[in-house]
Amino acid sequence: MKTVDLSKTSVRELNQALHDQAQTCTEREWQVLQPAGKHNLVCGLDQNLSIDIQGHAGYYCAGMNKKAHVVVHGNVGQGVAENMMSGSVRVKGDASQSAGATAHGGLLVIEGNAAARCGISMKGVDIVVQGNVGHMSCFMGQAGTLVVCGDAGDALGDSLYEVHIYVKGQVKSLGADCVEKEMRDEHLQELAALLNRAGVNEDPAQFRRYGSARELYNFKVDNAAAY
Amino acid sequence: MSDINVKPGLRESATFDRHTIAEIQRAADTGIYDIRGFGAKRRLPHFDDLLFLGASMSRYPLEGYREKCNTQVTLGTRFAKKPIVIETPVTIAGMSFGALSANAKEALGRGASAVGTSTTTGDGGMTPEERGQSSKLVYQYLPSRYGMNPDDLRKADAIEVVLGQGAKPGGGGMLLGQKITDRVAMMRTLPKGVDQRSACRHPDWTGPDDLAIKIQELREITDWQVPIYIKIGATRTYYDVKLAVKAGADVIVLDGMQGGTAATQDVFIEHVGIPTMAAIPQAVQALQEMGMHRKVQLIVSGGIRNGADVAKCMALGADAVAIGTAALVALGCNHPKWQADYEKIGSAAGYYDDYHEGKDPAGISTQDPELMSRLDPEEAGRRLANYLRVLTLEAQTLARACGKNDLRNLEPEDLVALTVEAAAMARVPLAGTQWIPGQGF
Amino acid sequence: MCGIVGLYLKNPALEARLGELFEPMLIAMTDRGPDSAGFAIYGDEVAEQSIKLTLRHPDTEFDWEDLAEQAKTGLSASLEWFQNANVAVFKLAADESAARQWFAEHAPDVLILSIGRSIEILKEVGLPVEIAERFSLASMQGTHIIGHTRMATESAVTMEGSHPFSTGMDLCLVHNGSLSNHNRLREALRREGISFETENDSEVAAGYLTWRLRQGDTLKQALESALQDLDGFFTFTIGTRNGFAVIRDPIACKPAVLAETEDYVAMASEYQALTSLPGIEKARVWEPEPATVYAWERQGQ
Repeated sequence: MKTVDLSKTSVRELNQALHDQAQTCTEREWQVLQPAGKHNLVCGLDQNLSIDIQGHAGYYCAGMNKKAHVVVHGNVGQGVAENMMSGSVRVKGDASQSAGATAHGGLLVIEGNAAARCGISMKGVDIVVQGNVGHMSCFMGQAGTLVVCGDAGDALGDSLYEVHIYVKGQVKSLGADCVEKEMRDEHLQELAALLNRAGVNEDPAQFRRYGSARELYNFKVDNAAAY
Repeated sequence: MSDINVKPGLRESATFDRHTIAEIQRAADTGIYDIRGFGAKRRLPHFDDLLFLGASMSRYPLEGYREKCNTQVTLGTRFAKKPIVIETPVTIAGMSFGALSANAKEALGRGASAVGTSTTTGDGGMTPEERGQSSKLVYQYLPSRYGMNPDDLRKADAIEVVLGQGAKPGGGGMLLGQKITDRVAMMRTLPKGVDQRSACRHPDWTGPDDLAIKIQELREITDWQVPIYIKIGATRTYYDVKLAVKAGADVIVLDGMQGGTAATQDVFIEHVGIPTMAAIPQAVQALQEMGMHRKVQLIVSGGIRNGADVAKCMALGADAVAIGTAALVALGCNHPKWQADYEKIGSAAGYYDDYHEGKDPAGISTQDPELMSRLDPEEAGRRLANYLRVLTLEAQTLARACGKNDLRNLEPEDLVALTVEAAAMARVPLAGTQWIPGQGF
Repeated sequence: MCGIVGLYLKNPALEARLGELFEPMLIAMTDRGPDSAGFAIYGDEVAEQSIKLTLRHPDTEFDWEDLAEQAKTGLSASLEWFQNANVAVFKLAADESAARQWFAEHAPDVLILSIGRSIEILKEVGLPVEIAERFSLASMQGTHIIGHTRMATESAVTMEGSHPFSTGMDLCLVHNGSLSNHNRLREALRREGISFETENDSEVAAGYLTWRLRQGDTLKQALESALQDLDGFFTFTIGTRNGFAVIRDPIACKPAVLAETEDYVAMASEYQALTSLPGIEKARVWEPEPATVYAWERQGQ
C-alpha cells in the first residue's frame, strides 16, 4: 500500500501519481492522510485503484471517477463523484450539496446525510444515501437509481426523466412532474440488489417508489404553470 | 411578406406592425412563445458603423501579398502546458451535435482543420466524426453535461466552461423532440422525442468563487495540459471578465447579442444582452486594469461576417474571433438552391431560422437521415475553408493598409465611427472629429 | 462572492483563545476571497450607558490621542481608547447619535466601522493572512466572531466595500452570493433614512436589517422578512451583541456548513475552514436548510 500525506505532498502531486497509474499500474492500493478538506482530491482517475482517504475532503472529491474505488473516512464537500463513469465512491460521513451530480455510472454510497441537490442531472449512477437528502434532490435526473434510507427534503425529483427513486422515510414535498408509483416485484428486486451492492442492511418493502409522471416531457400549454 | 393586397392610403402602424400583429395572433393560437434559431434579427449598432483609417502619409502601408502580416495567434498561455496555436484568428464557435447533423459537425472540423484553426463541440458531447476531423478541438463544459466524459475531456485540445451565450445570456439551451433521435437521445441519456430544456446554471457550482474550484478540478483531471476557456454572453461584461480572470481562465470567450443559437425563445434572442461592438471595449478595459490584456486571451463572437468584422474586433482588442452562424451559411445554410424546399416549410432561402424543427432543407440543423445526406461533409468543409481563407485575407488587407505586420497590432486608434452610437459603444471618435461620446462604462 | 466564517463560543473557558481559534478559519477561505478580508469580534463589553466605536483613519500615523482628548471634551464624556494598526477603539459614555454627529463634524476623515457595546469591526484590502497579522487577530479575546474574505463582484475592491458591514448597534452582516434587486431596495431604504457608503449589494442587506430592527422587528422577524424582500443568492451570517445567526436564500446554492459541539457553534462556507477547531471530529455537522433562520443567543443577557 502506498501512503500519501497531504500535509507534506500537494494535491497536484497526489493526483498526478494516481493518473500515472492509468498507463502502467504499479500500485493498486493507496491511502491518503491529512486531507484537511482540500478540493479536487483523487479526481479524474482511470484505473482500478483502491483509495482510502483518512479524513475530510473538499469539493469534487473523486470527480469524473472511472474504475477506481474510493472510500472517504469523513465528510465531503460539494459535488462528490460528480460525473462519475464507473467504479465506486463511499463516504463514511456527510456529503455537501450536488453529490453525484451528472454522474453516468458507478455506485455512490453516502453513509451519513447528503445535502441539497443530491443526484442533480444524474445520468445513470446508482446513489444510496443512508441518512437524509436535502431539497431539490434528483432535480432533472435522467437515469439511474437514487435510494434514500432517511428523509427527503423539498421538491424531490423535480423535472425528473427516468431515474428510479426509492425513499424509506418522509418526503417533505415532491417536485414538478414527480409522483409516487406502485412498488412492484421488479422494483423490490432492483432495490434489494442495490442495497446489497451498497452493503446497506434495509428492508426493501419499507421503501416507497417515486418517478416521473412524464407530463412535462413535451410542451403542453395546459401545463404552463409548471414551467 | 408581400404588399400586393395593400391599397394606397392604408397606413401600417409603427407600433403594431405586421410582424407584431402576426406574433400576437400566433401566441393566441398556440399558447407558447416563439422558439427559433439564428441570432438577433433586429437592427443593432454593429461593426458596419466603424471605418479604418488607412495609411498614407503619417503612416506607411504594407505591400499586399508581399510584406508579411502575421495572422497566427497562441491561445491559453496563462497556465496551460499546451497552449493552442491557430494559423488564423477565426475559430469555429460551439455548436452541438444534436442541434447540427453529424455531417455538419464533420464539415466544420474539416473546414477549420484545413486552415489550421480550431472548432468547438456543443451541448451534446463529442462525436468521433468531429474529433477525427478536427485538428484542434475545444470541448465545451456545459450546465447539462450531456455526454460529458472524462475520456473525451482528455482528448480535447482545450476546455470551454460555458456560462452563457450571446443569444440567451441567463438561459439554458433547448432541443425539441423532433431532433431527439436514437443517437442524440443515447448521447444525452434522454428518452427519445422529449423536449429537452438544458439548465441555465451548472449543477455543482454557482458564482466565481466556486468556479475557481471547478476550474482547478478540470485542470487536475487533465494534468494542467490544456487551456481552460470561459465563455460568457455579453451583458455586465466589465465585471464578468474580471471575475473570469479571478476564477482562473486562460481564455475568455465573449459572445455578443448577435450570436446565434439552435433554439431559444425569440424574446430572449431579441431582448437580452448587449451588441458585440459594445462588449469588446468593456472586456478589454477589464483585462487592461488587471494587467491581463494579451495574457488572458479574448475571443469575440456574435455577428461576425467578413474580414472587416474580424479586423475591427482585433482593433478593439480581441485576440481572435469565433463564427457560428456565418460558418453554417458557408456550409450551405439558407442556400438558394433549396428555395423550393424552404417554401414548402413556410420559409425562404435567406430567412430560414427554425433550426429547432429539424427540417433544414440544407441538411445542417437536422437529424433526418434523408435531409442530412444532402450535406456532403467534404464539399461543405471545402466551402468553409474557402470562406475562412477569405476572412483572413480580408482582415490582412485591412491590417496592411493600416501599416501593421500583425493583425494584433491593429488598435482602436485605427478606427473611426460613422454614428454617435457606434462611437460611444466602440469608444472611438466620430469620423472627422476627436469626439468619443460617453467615457467610462 | 466570497468565504464566510463564524465562531460562537458556548464555553467561556475558550474566550481567551477566540482569535487564535478563528485565525486559521479565516485564512482557510483565502481562495474564495483574495481581494479583502475582515472580521467582527464581540467581547470586552462596555457598561450599559456606554458605547464602543471602531474608528479607522487611512493614515497609520494619525494622532488618535489628540482626537480622544477632543472627543472627551466635545462630548463631555469619560473616554478610554486603544489603537490597533490604523484603527482605534474608543469607549465612551455617550449615546450613538451624539457620537456619530460629533465625529462627522469634527473628524470627517475618520470612518466609523462599528458602534455598539461589544462589537469591533476590522477590515482591509489584502489577503486574509495579512489582515489577520495587521490586527493581531490571534491574540484577541471575545465571545464570538464572524469573518469574511471577499472576491469582489460588481462593486470596487476597497476597504469600504469589504465585509463585515455594520448594521446599527452591535449588529453586522457578512454575505456570500449576489443580490439581484439591491439597487431599487437601496433607494427605498434611503427614503427610510438608512445611509449607505458604497454600491455594494451586501451593504443593502445590512441596511435592510437595520431598518427592520428599527421598525421593531426581532432579529428573527427581520431575517424572515429579508427572505421575502431580498432577491438573488445569499448565505448571510449575522452577528449580534449576544449571539449570531445564519440564513440562506430559498434556492441555497452558495455553500454553508454549520458545526456544533458543547463548546461552540461554528459556521463556514466550506468544511475545510472548520478542520482546525478542537473537537471538530465529534461535532454535529450539517448544512443549513434553505430559507431557514438559525440563531444562537447567549442566555440571561
